[in-house]
Amino acid sequence: MSVRQALLALLEEEPRYGYQLRAQFEQRTGSTWPLNVGQVYTTLTRLERDGLVEGAGEDGEGHVIYRITDAGRAEVANWFTTPVERTQPPRDELAIKLALAVTVPGVDVGAVIQQQRSATMAALQDYTRLKRRAAEGSRREDLAWSLVLDSLVFAAEAEVRWLDHCEARLRRAQLERPEALLEEILAEEADEEASR
Amino acid sequence: MSAVLRMAEVTRVHGEGATEVHALRSVSFAAHPGELVAVMGPSGSGKSTLLTLAGGLDGPTSGVVSVEGVDLAGVGAAGRARMRRTSIGYVFQDFNLIPALTAVENVALPLELDGVRSRTARAGARAALEEVGIADLADRFPDHMSGGQQQRVAIARAVVGDRRLILADEPTGALDSETGESILRLLRARCDAGAAGVLVTHEARHAAWADRVVFLRDGVVIDETGADHADALLDAGRIR
Repeated sequence: MSVRQALLALLEEEPRYGYQLRAQFEQRTGSTWPLNVGQVYTTLTRLERDGLVEGAGEDGEGHVIYRITDAGRAEVANWFTTPVERTQPPRDELAIKLALAVTVPGVDVGAVIQQQRSATMAALQDYTRLKRRAAEGSRREDLAWSLVLDSLVFAAEAEVRWLDHCEARLRRAQLERPEALLEEILAEEADEEASR
Repeated sequence: MSAVLRMAEVTRVHGEGATEVHALRSVSFAAHPGELVAVMGPSGSGKSTLLTLAGGLDGPTSGVVSVEGVDLAGVGAAGRARMRRTSIGYVFQDFNLIPALTAVENVALPLELDGVRSRTARAGARAALEEVGIADLADRFPDHMSGGQQQRVAIARAVVGDRRLILADEPTGALDSETGESILRLLRARCDAGAAGVLVTHEARHAAWADRVVFLRDGVVIDETGADHADALLDAGRIR
């Protein structure tokens, strides 16, 4: 799991204790994936058990310091040189919702799409506001956080594009149904009749 | 605060009879000082029509388009042309720079056409180029600039002379993602400094720089995000 590798990578920079590791992780990734300190210590215990880190005594204030071992360095190197695996697609509630919306009778699919598009657009605006703030800093950590934000931005953008695409395909499917075309023509004629 | 751009119940119909097309149907829309509004929609949704009406390049079939309180239909073609030199700035996807003129000459052009003396116009143009970060390229010709640099010149031309309404039609269309983003930062900064901006785009990532996003479908505003500030609520009430 990525927390394990991330903590290990932070320890490759320099020996650190639990709170420092959590603070560094959050500084570089924003609070996008908040870590609790318990999780950090559990992970450190496992890393120590697996021989990837070792205790390096305490600092003056009683914090237990950890440092990386050679096996740990090898693990970090391996992490950075291996692509992240794309296994089973994660369960995507939106895709499932749309798949059901287009098949279950009586659902206004257009409304489902637009409601989601507005919500995703609003999230995208929030990320962009955060980005404007993050971009003001010039430290390496600000760049790291800004890149994590970009990842969220691109993912949200992809979702909006997919929704646009769904909408266009639904429209086409609608038009390709001859009886739908007839209904539309009749409705238009009725409109004209009414406006006369 | 009063809106820089206000469109009230604007309808635009192209053609007539059997071939009539409703490009916009009774659209009401406002952009205030300090505000960047994005208009999103697929092709044929009416977003470009909305922008050409806002810029006075085309007139509505019915409804009113006013810029800084002036009804564009009431000032005649010459009046509208004058407003495009003094109040309304336009940024296009393909930059629309004049290839035979240098960057500073391109930017000074609207001022010179408006009768500003050449020296004053050039000084204004240099200041505008400085603002978009390319003061050092003032004497280059467009052909000797990258796409991002040309778009910066176009933005300088759109804002020179303190115009308070900036209309941008897919301004990042021809640029890579990072250059596109720097262009949006510029538009954003200009709006933060008090201009009103309208950005037409089909890219959600770019629309996200706006305070409000308006969704157009078949000439109708179907939804809007971020319209939570009191002004927008008041305006919506006033227009109806």
